[in-house]
Parts: sequence; structure tokens; C-alpha cells
Amino acid sequence: MRRRIKLYILIMSVTLLGPSLSWAEYDVIDITKPFLRKIPLAVPLFKNAVGSGEEKQSSQEAADFLSDSLDFTGYFKLLDRGAFLFDPETNGVTETDLNFQNWTVVGAELLVTGYYRLTGDDITIELRLFDTFKARRVLGKKYTGKVANQRDIILRFCTEVIKYLTGGEGIFGSEIAFVSNGTGNKEIYISAFDGYNPRRLTTNNAITLFPAWSSDGKWLAFTSYKAGNPDLYIRDLAKAQESKVSKQGINITPAWAPGKFELAATLSFSGDQEIYLLTGSGKIIKRLTKSRGIDVTPTWSPDGKKIAFVSNRSGNAQIYIKDLATGRVNRLTYEGQKNTQPSWSPRGDKIAYTSQMDGEHHIFTIGTDGQNPVQLTYEPRDNESPSWSPDGSLIVFSSDREGPNRIYVMTAFGTDQRRLLVLAGEQTNPKWSMNHQNN
Amino acid sequence: MQKKTWLIIALMLVIPGLLFTVGCQKKAVSQAKAPAPAPAPVEQEPAPKPVEKPPSDWNISQNNIYFEFDKSTLTPMAQDTLMRHAAWLRENTSATVTIEGHCDERGTNEYNLALGDRRADSAKAFLVDLGIASSRLTTISYGEERPLCMEQTEECWAKNRRGHFVVN
Repeated sequence: MRRRIKLYILIMSVTLLGPSLSWAEYDVIDITKPFLRKIPLAVPLFKNAVGSGEEKQSSQEAADFLSDSLDFTGYFKLLDRGAFLFDPETNGVTETDLNFQNWTVVGAELLVTGYYRLTGDDITIELRLFDTFKARRVLGKKYTGKVANQRDIILRFCTEVIKYLTGGEGIFGSEIAFVSNGTGNKEIYISAFDGYNPRRLTTNNAITLFPAWSSDGKWLAFTSYKAGNPDLYIRDLAKAQESKVSKQGINITPAWAPGKFELAATLSFSGDQEIYLLTGSGKIIKRLTKSRGIDVTPTWSPDGKKIAFVSNRSGNAQIYIKDLATGRVNRLTYEGQKNTQPSWSPRGDKIAYTSQMDGEHHIFTIGTDGQNPVQLTYEPRDNESPSWSPDGSLIVFSSDREGPNRIYVMTAFGTDQRRLLVLAGEQTNPKWSMNHQNN
Repeated sequence: MQKKTWLIIALMLVIPGLLFTVGCQKKAVSQAKAPAPAPAPVEQEPAPKPVEKPPSDWNISQNNIYFEFDKSTLTPMAQDTLMRHAAWLRENTSATVTIEGHCDERGTNEYNLALGDRRADSAKAFLVDLGIASSRLTTISYGEERPLCMEQTEECWAKNRRGHFVVN
């Protein structure tokens, strides 16, 4: 929150360079199957205005970060700078200076150029996106601000690139909350979407689990044993104030209703683990499930009309969908001994979940109609807690494939699996927020 | 005529005999099966103490109960332990106890927290049925968050699937 305000102050101008282009005339990337073919993208080093060593270093950091951030989406194949027939110092960065054949010949279909000026603490960056085959500029932006805000400036341009290519807001304004036990206790941490700047949110000195973001990113609910019992806390992130749901038994697995100040959570004060709808301040509105046995881990459809959840009503843990208007409950998963941790895609069409198989856990997606379960992870041993990026293109999860549990990211199709960050201790229960910064 | 009577008498003797045999067999089978559902950690558990031992010597916090995988029902062994806990609680009338429900690390932690809750609840319900005041018994689930044993073996998992009793 504080960050966003600062950003508005420091970025003095964001100007579209030249005549405005209608950049949503077609979606370049088919978002339903974007990873079948990655778009070859060239991001050469930026042209520097002054040419000082300090400016060159800062400029290269900006170009590398832009390249890494676009690469993170999984949409692009970043081309090796060593192959470029281009010198940013001598060649220009606008369409009149560029020889597009130099780019098509190395295979680039998209090109980003930058013009970079560092004066004291101030930076000015001009960034342009070109379609090399059509030989035309499709985006042009000029940013001025403080060098300390370089990351945010680059991400704003990356969001423009993704908006041009997909028509959506992308992921660059999102964060990831997760649990880490580096202090000796499980506490909640938050990092940027790419693992940047992980910081501890809670200092409960007690087991703390299951972070859940509200749609606007202003609230984070979680379970903690800090008062002895597994209670539910609902935290106002800006004010660092909390309300608490502390009923006899468990108060766990919160999930915010999309766009509302309401959340679903499992409470067991009745003697049975049932899912309830609560106000954002923790008052019970109504009970959502009614079945003897365990009902846990709700996740909302993006339209807020249904929840998927885990129940052992059939004898073992399986995922069910409840239509909240009709009350009708359908079983979603049939394959596998235990299926848990459902996460409903923001695009609405799929649910990611964790399936226990042969002593391992693996992440699957399944259509909300129960069709086409697809296994996304194969690396032993435990791959758990899938959570979708706000645009539904990526999934964050935890895995012990390298020993301790760490946070990983993959595309919605299971490709490009990579570790997000390394911290002391083990990291689990990641939850991806909606976009709530910069955008 | 006489022959027929004999036959009837013979049948009357033989058929119940057969039934009895079948009944015995069934019983034998169920007796043989009964100990089978008991969890593997049987060896780790202390051998059941002689009944005549006074309840005052019974240490409630050193006698866990154990559960089968993904189950919160009480095994015969767990019920036996709980009967001793009840005897101890009857003798120590001022004692209050917290019942902790724990799980092995298999399964995911949300579900296991709910499962541990059911385990603690079923132990409490059993003690209440034996006449222990429910106000003396509180429950808490730790799910898979506090394992006793860290290895990836069935023996270890069985030790972790436990109900633990803490005297407050």
C-alpha cells in the first residue's frame, strides 16, 4: 500500500510516445493454450543517454529485469543477446533507426528497445515494443522517476506488453503469501510475484498457516495457534489490525468470496467440521455444508456462485462442488485415493488440486465438469498447495523435490517448473494474490 | 416307520451340530481378525498392564492412543487405554486433561488438521461415555504439525497418528 502511493508520486509522467496505437485490435497470445508455442522475443541492452559507468550498470539491470520478468510469464522465448546484429550504443531505438531484418533474421518476432538516462537519483526510460515482421511499433512509453523505483517502472511496462498481447492485466502487480518456518515457528511471509523481497508478515511465535488474500489485497486471513487454539485471524494489512474467530475446535482454511468482504472457512464448534460463510470481521452469516465428517478447504468460483471443497463423506477425501443458490452438491474427483487442496482458476474453467498417489503428492488440474484430469507434476516426492496466478496462466505450489519444501511456479499446463526463492527453513502453503500493486 | 423316526432324530442331532460348527468357525475367524486392524506400532506401545494395577500408578500423559491411517475411530487397543485413562480420571477428580489429536505427515495439512480434530473428539466422546465430565476434557488438533517421529516409514507414521493426553 505504502509502495503504491510512493510510486504515484515518483513516476511523474507516463507518456505514450508518438501517435496512439490501437493495441487491443487482436490478441497475439491465445490464452487458452499459450504455451504450445513461445513467442521469440529480443530484449537487447538499452541505449544510454549519458554513458557513465553508473548509468550503464543501472541500465543493464533494467534491461535484464525486463527480460527476466517477461520470461517469467512463460509466454516468451528470450533470445540470446550474443546473436544480435545490433549495438545499442551506436544503433538507434526507434522504428526509423531499426533495421527490422536484423531482428527477423535472428528469429525475433517481438523486440523491446530502451533508451535510458540516469541523472543523480532520477531516471528516464523510454521503452518500445516492436512487431518485427510487421516492422512497426506497437507500444511506446516514457517513464520518469527515482532509480529506487526502477523495478516498479519496468513492471509497469511489462504489464503494458502483456495487456497488448493477451488483453489481460497479467501478474506483475501481484504478490505471493506463504508459510515459512525459518524462525523455528511457522509464520506468514509475503513476496512479490517473482519471489522478490520476501518479508515476514506475522510474529506470532506459534504455528501459523493457510494465508488467504481478499480480492482487493487489503486483507489477509490465516490460522494461528498464537492463543493456544487453532483460531482464525483476519488482518487489515494497512493498519496491521486483526479480528479473530476463536471457537471451540478448529477455525481453519479461510477463503475470501470474490470481490466481497466475506469469507468461507471451516469451523468445528458444532462437533463436526463444516464450512461456514463469515463476514469480513468474522461473524457467522450461515453454514454452507451439512454432512457428517470432514468438510474443509473451500475455494470460490470466480463469479462467487459456487464453492469447491474437500469432504470425506464418501469414505476418503475427495473434492466436491456446491452450487450456493440451488444447494446442489456434485462430486468432482473420482480418480486417486485422496484429493485435497482445491484451487479454482480465476478463468473459471479448471480446478487445481493435490492428489495422493503411491506415497507421493502431485498437482493436477481438472475441468469444473469433472472432465480431463491432468497430472502437472511428476518430480518426487510431495508437490502440494496449488494456487493460481491472478490471470490463471501460472500456478504456485510447494515441493520437496530438492529436499526441504520450497515454493515453485509452473505454467497452468505444468511446463517451466522453477523455484521461486530460497529462504531459511521450509516454505509451504503459498497463495497468489490478485493484482493489487502498480496497475 | 421306525427307520424314518431314526432319520429324523439323526437329522435333529446333526443339523444343529453343523450349525454349531459353522458358528464356531465364524467366531474363530472373527477372533483371528480382531487384532489385525490394530496399528503397526503395537510393539512400541507398552504391553497392557495387569488390570489389578491401581489406577494411581497409571501415567495418562505417557500412554498415547494410536489410530489407523486416515481414521478417527478407536481401535480396541485405544479403547483399552482410554478405559485406564477413565479409571485414573475417576481417582483424580480435580484433574483436567487436554486431548491432542495428531496425524502422520501423509495427506495435506488442511485435511490433517480436521482429521486430528476428529481424533481428539472421538477420544473425548469415549471418556464422556465412561462417565468423565466433559468439562474436564478439552481437545486440540495439531494435524501433522507436531510429528514425534520424522522418518518416512510406516513404523514412524504409526507413532505420529496419535491421541496425546496432557494433564493441565
